[in-house]
Amino acid sequence: MVTETTTQSTQSIGEYLRANIREYGLLVALVVIMVFFQVLTGGVLFRPVNLTNLILQNSFIVIMALGMLLIIVAGHIDLSVGSIVAFTGGLSAIMLVKWGIHFSIVVPLCLVLGGLVGAAQGYWVAYQKIPAFIVTLAGMLVFRGLTYLILENRPIGPFPKDFQSLSTGFVPDFLSFINPMPETITNLFSLVVVVVLVVLAVYYGLKNRAENDRHGTENEPFAFFAAQMGIIAVVAIFLGYQLSTYKGFPNVLVVMGLLIALYTFVTTRSTIGRRIYAMGGNEKAAKLSGINTERLTFYTFVNMGVLAALAGMIIAARLNSATPKAGVGFELDVIAACFIGGASASGGVGKITGAVIGAFIMGVMNNGMSIMGLGIDYQQLVKGLVLLAAVFFDVYNKNKG
Amino acid sequence: MDNIILEMRSITKTFPGVKALDNVSFKVREGEIHALVGENGAGKSTLMKVLSGVYPAGSYEGEIHYAGELRQFRTISDSEHIGIIIIHQELALVPLLSIAENIYLGNEIAEKGVINWKQTFARTKELLAKVGLKEPPATLITDIGVGKQQLVEIAKALSKKVRLLILDEPTASLNETDSDALLKLLMEFRKQGMTSIIISHKLNEIKKVADKITILRDGGTVETLDCHNEDISEDRIIKGMVGRDMEDRYPPREPKIGETLLEVKNWNVFHQQHRDRQFLHDVNFNVRAGEVVGIAGLMGAGRTETAMSIFGKSWGHKITGDVFMHGKPVDVSTIPKAIDAGLAYVTEDRKHLGLVLIDNILHNTTLSNLEAVSSAGVINDHEERRVASDYRQKLRIRSHSIYQETVNLSGGNQQKVVLSKWLFTNPEVLILDEPTRGIDVGAKYEIYTIINQLAAEGKGILMISSEMPELLGTCDRIYVMNEGRIVAELSKAEASQESIMRAIMRSGEKH
Repeated sequence: MVTETTTQSTQSIGEYLRANIREYGLLVALVVIMVFFQVLTGGVLFRPVNLTNLILQNSFIVIMALGMLLIIVAGHIDLSVGSIVAFTGGLSAIMLVKWGIHFSIVVPLCLVLGGLVGAAQGYWVAYQKIPAFIVTLAGMLVFRGLTYLILENRPIGPFPKDFQSLSTGFVPDFLSFINPMPETITNLFSLVVVVVLVVLAVYYGLKNRAENDRHGTENEPFAFFAAQMGIIAVVAIFLGYQLSTYKGFPNVLVVMGLLIALYTFVTTRSTIGRRIYAMGGNEKAAKLSGINTERLTFYTFVNMGVLAALAGMIIAARLNSATPKAGVGFELDVIAACFIGGASASGGVGKITGAVIGAFIMGVMNNGMSIMGLGIDYQQLVKGLVLLAAVFFDVYNKNKG
Repeated sequence: MDNIILEMRSITKTFPGVKALDNVSFKVREGEIHALVGENGAGKSTLMKVLSGVYPAGSYEGEIHYAGELRQFRTISDSEHIGIIIIHQELALVPLLSIAENIYLGNEIAEKGVINWKQTFARTKELLAKVGLKEPPATLITDIGVGKQQLVEIAKALSKKVRLLILDEPTASLNETDSDALLKLLMEFRKQGMTSIIISHKLNEIKKVADKITILRDGGTVETLDCHNEDISEDRIIKGMVGRDMEDRYPPREPKIGETLLEVKNWNVFHQQHRDRQFLHDVNFNVRAGEVVGIAGLMGAGRTETAMSIFGKSWGHKITGDVFMHGKPVDVSTIPKAIDAGLAYVTEDRKHLGLVLIDNILHNTTLSNLEAVSSAGVINDHEERRVASDYRQKLRIRSHSIYQETVNLSGGNQQKVVLSKWLFTNPEVLILDEPTRGIDVGAKYEIYTIINQLAAEGKGILMISSEMPELLGTCDRIYVMNEGRIVAELSKAEASQESIMRAIMRSGEKH
């Protein structure tokens, strides 16, 4: 028989680790992979130029993984994002290059168009109950085809300078006038921002713990909190320092950072996020609880379309040309990032932080293997095995627990 | 007929932290129908899983003797091989395959992997004749009713040369006629010398067919009753199951009935799938403040469909009729509107329709009324936790904390979480659909107590239940439904098992 336990047990560090093994395991895996490639590439990986490249190369995967995670948590999948990337990239190129429209109009317009593309697919999934796999497989073909049509099989470029800076530009050094070591630190602002963010993170972490104490909610063990904060601070400041000795923050890093913060907030604190998780966990129960599951599904696809459009423009600007072949196979990287990050294929489970770390694990592997001169053959092979291993780790843990 | 076909000696089976079976002994004679009864969690299913090899030898203590030999089953196929076949409550048939394919699934009549269809169909026909089915062997499972599906399962058991047939709640989802047919079949098999073990909660059926009744309680054997030596009453069995007399099965309540809260008039609904078939006909009823109103009826009478069609039109189509709250017409065309109108519906299927099982108590509690713990779409964590802890205490939900996943809770506690969710929407009328299904007696009492409290607070309760004693014990007024119609309305004084059954039978003659 069940015994009543009203007292909340205080967990030991070991128990806490076991309960949260997934998240820490992922972070540890990322660090291990980074160190591994740092050694193997003879220290190239952490060089300021390469770190900047790593961010530029992966930003669009991370951005799309945010939307994909919501779709996967809702219990669906989106195979069409690679094609949407090419399609919106192509549209932006036509408007900017052929028609000469200013980017301040083109960028929002393309985001809206991306939303419409998402809506066109979301409609079939949400209201006609066609499996997302089929709808977005169709979408993948349709939008790839449309891209070839509108671009007439030819790449379009180059883009105006101001549009390019969206993707390739850097945040200027607003604090250069007080730079104490202009020889090593070329962008003081970025370093200061990193330090400020770390201080804020520690402050709010402590505040949150105090609040939890006041409400009688259990906190993670303090030693753990301290160690975690310590590691994050050291890593963040190291990376910030490296970036500051090159050109500082890439613009896309700022965009990406803000989006990660926004989506973390949405998934953990907002009613919309909560409802998406509930819907993915048990759609019928969610519906009978008064949640408009059709509308919610529809909006997750609209959201994905907007993010894919943003990614499409970032890629076009980075390559300085829109090609019909842009984004081929991106959907697989994005989906893999979510699953490596611990999302469940049956819905209801997954975290933004997991998907972001998953995306960076993929990115670091891509980058590291490229530096080592391994071909696309080995890269694909290794990525496939890592995906399988990560998901096996999940299944294994679940069965054991 | 004195030879023992099965003897389980001192079986003890422990799960981490729980002793599911404690020194259980169980003897079955060849050729008898032996009933195994007990509350949920008493250990019936665990015992049968030990017997059939789901829990392999070595994972339990004790001995199993079958047909005179000590047996140690490592897998289910070990036990099936010597004629022990178990039919689970959830049928293991593939809906889109034919009867013949299902019967020989995993056991195909084949040579080098090529199926001999002619023989398969011929043998299936013979087997179906034995269980009294006339369906062609090529009929798809999805095209026959649950009652016939149950018979197909039995035919499948026969194909495996069954000697000891174990049926786990075989009639739980069958209507009266199908149940009777099934029980007759078991008695027919008994004549032919087959042995059966039947697990059931339906004591009247057990009385009808069983030779022996073994009662389990809290993982131990209480007693084995011989139905031929003495006349065993249902109360006698219940006494054994709960360990005390069940006079106080229902907590007392002084009804304080107020104004009419919910009134439904001329409610007509067509079937969800068979769209040209009218399912509910001119349903009229009302629920008053502080009143517990029951809806009695057989399986398929349209009770759940009535509730769901009113609750945001979540069942059926071409729905016509009027719903009033406090005498004013209200719009219940979507679930959010029905909730706003003051309705709540606690489903009969809490695992599939009631809870997000992979989520915790906290998140399930606030799911229907997230707005109340958030501002501008942002959830206030502390407020949410306070609400969930509150309900956990008030409804005495037994759990480690509000962070426990609902999948790990017992049936009674899961039901309390569903109740918390709906109570948090602050409804005026709660529709409870089989609120105590699959819950043990102790937890039932707690649910009844909650219902009484809600009535005392002035809420209206509409309770659908297939257990007539439960309706009689808790309701102030009972509507009887049959074939999509309300066929009687009985006051507490008029209501009895007989008067309810009479109302159902009479209406059946009329239509």
